[in-house]
Parts: sequence; C-alpha cells; structure tokens
Amino acid sequence: MLDIQNLNIWYRGIHAVKGIDVSIDKGEIVTLIGANGAGKSSTIRAIAGLVRGFKGYIGYSRSQGKPVRLNGRQPEEMVKMGIALSPEGRRILPQLTAEENLRLGAYTRDDKEEIARDIDYVYDLFPRLKERRSQKGGTLSGGEQQMLAVGRALMSRPDLLMLDEPSLGLAPMLVGEVFDIIREINRQGKTILLVEQNAFAALKIAHKAYVLEVGTITIQGTGEELLQDPRVKDAYLGG
Amino acid sequence: MSLNMFVQHFINALGLGALYGLIAIGYTMVYGILRLINFAHGDIFMLGAYFVFFATIQFKLPWGIGVAIAIAGATLCGLLVDRIAYRPLRSAPRISALISAIGVSFFLENLSVVVFTGMPRAVVQPPWLMHPILIKSPSFGEIRLIPLGLMVPVISFLIVGGLLWIVHRTKPGLAMRSISYDIETTRLMGVSVDRIIALTFALGSALAALAGIMWALRYPRVEPFMGIFPGFKAFIAAVFGGIGSIPGAMIGGLALGFVEIMSIAFFPRLSGYKDAFAFVLLIVILLVKPTGLMGERLEEKI
Ligand SMILES: Nc1ncnc2c1ncn2[C@@H]1O[C@H](COP(=O)(O)OP(=O)(O)OP(=O)(O)O)[C@@H](O)[C@H]1O
Ligand SMILES: [Mg+2]
Repeated sequence: MLDIQNLNIWYRGIHAVKGIDVSIDKGEIVTLIGANGAGKSSTIRAIAGLVRGFKGYIGYSRSQGKPVRLNGRQPEEMVKMGIALSPEGRRILPQLTAEENLRLGAYTRDDKEEIARDIDYVYDLFPRLKERRSQKGGTLSGGEQQMLAVGRALMSRPDLLMLDEPSLGLAPMLVGEVFDIIREINRQGKTILLVEQNAFAALKIAHKAYVLEVGTITIQGTGEELLQDPRVKDAYLGG
Repeated sequence: MSLNMFVQHFINALGLGALYGLIAIGYTMVYGILRLINFAHGDIFMLGAYFVFFATIQFKLPWGIGVAIAIAGATLCGLLVDRIAYRPLRSAPRISALISAIGVSFFLENLSVVVFTGMPRAVVQPPWLMHPILIKSPSFGEIRLIPLGLMVPVISFLIVGGLLWIVHRTKPGLAMRSISYDIETTRLMGVSVDRIIALTFALGSALAALAGIMWALRYPRVEPFMGIFPGFKAFIAAVFGGIGSIPGAMIGGLALGFVEIMSIAFFPRLSGYKDAFAFVLLIVILLVKPTGLMGERLEEKI
C-alpha cells in the first residue's frame, strides 16, 4: 500500500533522515520506533506532504491499482487520497468545540448522514468525547485531546491512518486503552502507521516494526521478533 | 441638548459607526487568518464607491444593478490583491507582506488618480433615499429622518448577522476559524488553505465595497484618497474591538462612530479635532486592555 525507497530529509544542512526504506501492506499495523530526534516524525510528515524538498520515492496505492508517486503533493491532496495523520502533539484546535474538531476532520466529505454516523462511531470508540462534545478543544485534558486527535483523523475515512505518538503524555492506564482502540480500528480494516516512543506497547500490536536511529533504520522485523531482540530489549524496553 | 437633537445624533452615530464596523471586519478577518494588516483594504472601499458612481451616474444604470456591479468589481480587486501581492509572500517573513500591503495601497490610490483623475466627483443621491420623514411626538418634539440614515445601520447589521452565520455555521466558516489558529493542522484536515484565504478576502472586500457605496451616499462625493482616513479609523476600530473578532470589529466601529459624532455634538468647538478621536481611543485601549474589548490573546503561530 505504501512503499518508501531511499527517503532522505534535510533541514538547513541537518541530514535528519538518511535513506530509509519502509513498506506497508494493506491491513497491517506498522510501527516506527526510536529515540528523540531519530527522524520518526520527519518520515511520517513527509508522507503527509508536510515536508518540502525531500529526496527519494514514496509510492502509494489505495486499492489494487498502480501506485502513485506522492512526492511533491500538498497535504490536502493526501487526505483526499485516503491518508490521514494525527500529528505529534495532538494539534487540537483550541477554540473549536470537540465536535467541530471532528467535523473539520471530515472536511473533504459531503455526505452529511454518513458524517453524522462517523461522529457517533468516534463517540462509541471514545465515550468520554461524547460528554465533552460541545466543550472547547483547548479545555480538554491531554488524554481527551489525544483521543480527539485520533478520532479527527478517522473522520476523513482514511485507508492509511498515521498516528504520531498517540500515547504521548497519557497516564499508563489510558495508554493501554488507546492501544486497544488502535488495534480495534485496524481489525475494522484500516492500515495503520504508528510512530511511538512507547516501544513495548507499539511492538505488542504491530505486525511489522522498524527501529530508527539518527536517521537510519537499524533493525526491522515483526513486532514479535523485535520484542525478543536483545538490542531492542536493551535500548528501548528498559533491559 | 434637546432630546430630539440627541436622537438625531444617535442615529447619525449608528450609521457612521456601522460603516466603520463594516470596513473593520475586513481588517479583522484578514488579520485573524494571516496576521497581516491589509493596508489596501481602505482602497477597496474607495473602489467600491467609484464603481457605483460610474455605474449609476456615468452609465445611468439603476441603483440595484450599480451596487451589485460595484460590489462584484471591488471583490474581484480584493481577490487580485491577495493573489498578486500577498499569496507569493505567504511563507516569507511577515514584514515582507506588510511592505507589499503598503505598496499595493499606494499603487491603487495613484492608479485611481490616473484613471479617475484626482478631482472629487459629486454623487447624485437617489431622491427616495433623501426624502425626509418627520416623526412628531408630544414628549420629545419633532425628529427629522431620511431613509438613508436608517438604511445604513439596518443593512450593516443584517450583513454582519449573515457573515457571523457563514463563519459559525458553514464548512468554509469552520475552515476559516481553524486556519486562524493553526494553518498546518488545517491543511492536514484536507482544507485548501489558499482557497479559504481567498474567500476571506472576497468577503472582506465585499463588505468594504458596500461600506464605500453607503459612504458615497452619505457624504455624496468620491475621490481617490477617500479610503485612507475611514480605513485608518476602521483599523483602529478593529484593534479597539479586539483584532480577530468580528463582533468586536462592529462594536469597535460603533464605539468610534459614537465618540466622533457625540463629542462634536456636545462640544462643537472640538469639531476640528474629529479625526484625532480615533487615535485617542486607540491609545486608551492599548493602555487599558491591549487585546481589545473582545480580543483573546493571540498566541504566536507555530
Ligand atoms: N522543521 C525543522 N527544522 C529543522 N530541523 C528539524 C525540523 N524538524 C525536525 N528537525 C530535526 O530533525 C531531526 C529529526 O526530527 P524528528 O522530529 O523527525 O524526530 P522524532 O524521531 O520524531 O523525535 P521525537 O521522538 O522527539 O518526536 C531532529 O534532529 C530535529 O531537530
Ligand atoms: Mg516526533
């Protein structure tokens, strides 16, 4: 579904991502783990169209069709092609209500009834959001904002859902809850690219995983394999 | 002052204030989204007035059609200003767009001198708008009103109501509010930001043109520099009301209209200073509540 070859990203002379290859098949949960500054967000942002002037190839095929090249497209185009990103730091619009944030997520769509149904679907996934529906986004707790960010990304009905650190700032109990929901979303048919610091939780639900270290992929395999890998255990799972 | 005089001044102030408010809304909307002071906004106001002058007086079109043409023409000009002078500078430092705005303003004013000549021209008001209505009441005597005086505030408030509906109840309105907080995230939601910005300029320009038309009817003449002072004052009204807030812009405009009209009404000797009141108001609000009446703190954009 997504095929990244030799992706390179520079920021004013910093070589942040140094020629990585990543491939995602339909229906998978793929995770990208790594330390701060490894280049995880840069990679995911490049796919979403937010990074200008990267080098390499990003190919995407929505269904069975021929892959299209994503390089150089605008973020709003990506959404229409079925790629949605829940960005790092949640980026909830503080002055819009929770429900308006969800409606904004459905901006590319015009099917009113289906949008209403999807809003209910998000409220089913995250019942706390329903209680907060008319509350301003900025007044939600960090955890509620994170749920809203995931829900908002779902509102465009993406085929590929990208989540940048959905567990950031969540209480341990809530982390488990959010990851259960991610797995549930995947079971319902969405392909997921998950960027995480919380390697343990991410590897447990991932079909495939990549470890990124200062811009280079150093380890890759199934989630299970990486959970057992001594190098991963040492560096990312606290020994 | 007698009560009937006061009512006259009150309606007068309401009209002037509503016009300031209409212009101020264009400033506040563009600033809210782009953090740009659109200096050319006052000149769009001027173009609206000129277009209606040419349509109705030179070409003898009926007023309804003339107004439609003037609004459409000025809106188009506003869109062109954005497309040519601002959009190429979207990712440039903010000061570049500001300088571009000043340049566009000078350009439009001087182009108007060349095309329309610098000579002021008289606007012939349609007689039905000027026909006085006398209201006699035993309690406060006689009040003399003209339809124009009532029409200006009524139309202005209706339009602002419609605009608020667009901003708060429609999809493009949702995108507008969203862009003003976080452009990048708005794009991630599938919004074509340039299109929404263009819509913002279109709405602001249409309102400025409408204000220009009503201004030309109230003070029946047009000239190329007529947009400068109303533009300045409307900008101050927007700051006073809290820049970024549409109701704030209207309230700021009304406040300014009242200060101007009433201070002269009560202290006729101050009439020479009438253009200075706006600046006094600006200084006071900046000292007392720098975010303006309805303003929220604007965070630096990410
Ligand atoms: N817009 C930018 N301008 C300059 N440098 C940047 C920019 N964005 C990222 N970088 C740099 O690129 C490198 C990779 O950053 P990136 O955000 O991709 O890391 P990350 O793996 O997501 O880290 P974290 O886990 O802390 O979110 C870092 O060194 C960062 O400082
Ligand atoms: Mg990151």
